[in-house]
Amino acid sequence: MNNLVIFPLIIPLFTGVLLIFFSKQVLIQRYITIISLLALFISTLFLIHQVSNEGTQTLNLGGWAPPYGITIVADMFALLLVFTTIIVTLCCLWYAFRTIGKEREKHYFYPIVLFMITGVMGSFLTGDLFNLFVFFEVMLLSSYVLITLGGTNLQLREALKYVLINIVSSMLFLVALAYLYAITGTLNFAHLSMRVAETGQDGLITTVSIFFLIVFALKAALLMYFWLPGSYGAPPMAISAIFAALLTKVGIYAIFRLFTLIFYHEPGVTHYLIAVMGILTMILGGIGAVAYWDIRRILGYNVIIAVGFIVAGLAVFTETAIAGSIYYLIHDMIVKALLFLLAGVMIGLAGTDKLREMSGMIRNHASLGWMFFLAAFALAGVPPLSGFIGKLLVLQGALEEGFYVVAAVGLLTSLMILYSVMKIFMNGFWGENQLSVEDEQMSTRGLMFPCAILAALSVALGLGPEWANVYVMQAEEGLSNPQLYIEAVMGNAD
Amino acid sequence: MKTNDVILQTVTTVTVFIILTFAAYLFFAGHHDPGGGFIGGLMIASALILLYLAFDIELIHKGLPFDYKLLMGVGMALSLLTGIGAIVLQHPFLSHTFEYVDFPFFGEIELATSVLFELGVTLAVVGATLTIILSISEDV
Repeated sequence: MNNLVIFPLIIPLFTGVLLIFFSKQVLIQRYITIISLLALFISTLFLIHQVSNEGTQTLNLGGWAPPYGITIVADMFALLLVFTTIIVTLCCLWYAFRTIGKEREKHYFYPIVLFMITGVMGSFLTGDLFNLFVFFEVMLLSSYVLITLGGTNLQLREALKYVLINIVSSMLFLVALAYLYAITGTLNFAHLSMRVAETGQDGLITTVSIFFLIVFALKAALLMYFWLPGSYGAPPMAISAIFAALLTKVGIYAIFRLFTLIFYHEPGVTHYLIAVMGILTMILGGIGAVAYWDIRRILGYNVIIAVGFIVAGLAVFTETAIAGSIYYLIHDMIVKALLFLLAGVMIGLAGTDKLREMSGMIRNHASLGWMFFLAAFALAGVPPLSGFIGKLLVLQGALEEGFYVVAAVGLLTSLMILYSVMKIFMNGFWGENQLSVEDEQMSTRGLMFPCAILAALSVALGLGPEWANVYVMQAEEGLSNPQLYIEAVMGNAD
Repeated sequence: MKTNDVILQTVTTVTVFIILTFAAYLFFAGHHDPGGGFIGGLMIASALILLYLAFDIELIHKGLPFDYKLLMGVGMALSLLTGIGAIVLQHPFLSHTFEYVDFPFFGEIELATSVLFELGVTLAVVGATLTIILSISEDV
């Protein structure tokens, strides 16, 4: 029993509930939000330290032993994502203080963001399949509110598609859950893993696993990404940045958890399928990123490419490749948030998101320009920055295992990523200065600091991967040996 | 000619008490028989909606001056605090306990902390239902 495990869940939930009572006092809301996120940050640091020294920590809710009760499991993989989530949320909310506007703040913006974080944390930490579904819904319901909050025409139109697609995929999730429960008779991850290992993963279970793959592919924008570029372009940039950094990553996390812990017996079928989906996602996302001349669309397609690349690491299914995927996942959460926030400043300054209508911003906004340059290089995976190590490890794993197509497509899409973001940089920042300081639609005061934190993190992760390596290796070990997870959960029946 | 809904209003004042009693019964029955916080909350909400239908919104607001959004918050806070209480007492989150207590008139009654959790659910359900109904009925 270790109640610290539940803290990443109840701190944002309790704060969200508390903020309902202060919906009209914007300043109080901001202070409480920041304080609670800092408390979350510190408690998660403690938890990471504990897990690193003592192994996976679990908490049986209500004291009911698994598999009868719900278990909350904090292993290193989940905790790394929880930690990154907190930092990204902190920076995005800081950015939102300046940009989101009083109207939205008074209409429950902060409580809803905190509820969404609760859903994200819960999805990372839960050890129960149905509980995962519930936390997915907590996260999605809050994201429906965030995408419509403000009620502009574009937001409402895109929200309709977003809500529809997610309701359909949640329905499929529930049906897949029902099939799996009918076959195995349990919902606890560890117990499911034991049951599937005992009876062997026959054709029926493999079919259900593919069902799950489709569900999470819809959530994570893996191949079935048609809803993503539109709906991530609709809300204000601070919200888009949180979405891009967190929401698809939860789907990726679920794919990782299920296909390393439960359905790992038939990699010839499931992991091959994941590899094909990853390759197609990278290619199609790359084409989208190169094709558009509008900042929001380009960045939206870049989110899709990263999803393809991360699951390609899972498909290769060696220790090196999975470690690379974990690095790339963390890097991508940080850098996507950074890119969206910076693009938000650019769009705010120019008053448009069409690349052809802006140029020469570097003259008045040097720090913005060079930070965007840095983020672009980090995204493409240029060596001293954070995207490099993850990409290198995934490619190394792919080449060792003979996944030459994955490696080739991964390298090719790196070029496409670099081309697409440098297109934004060269068109937006170079050239004749069309925009004098007086013409600008907003000021960048106070917006650079949260971006600088994310940029510094990206550089730190790139320059010194040694300090992160201990934790990433522990996370990778947990994913490669399902036995560790099962022992941590089933062994602690107190 | 002015319409007169005296029959509707008279019947409502009587019926609302019956519905509320039934809601209380359902709420307390939840541990051993069908019922519980969710259906109890929906029942209470249905009684209030009947009042809103029979009378006008201003009159009901004078009698029941609640902000239903805050009611929702209170309910969520209550449910969450029963879970946090377990942490304070060094038990796993959401641990519940019960005790048999002898009351002078009613005899032995089982008191359980899960009733507080259910009360939170009830308040949240009432708050959410009425927030939805009243926001739809408002002219925007």
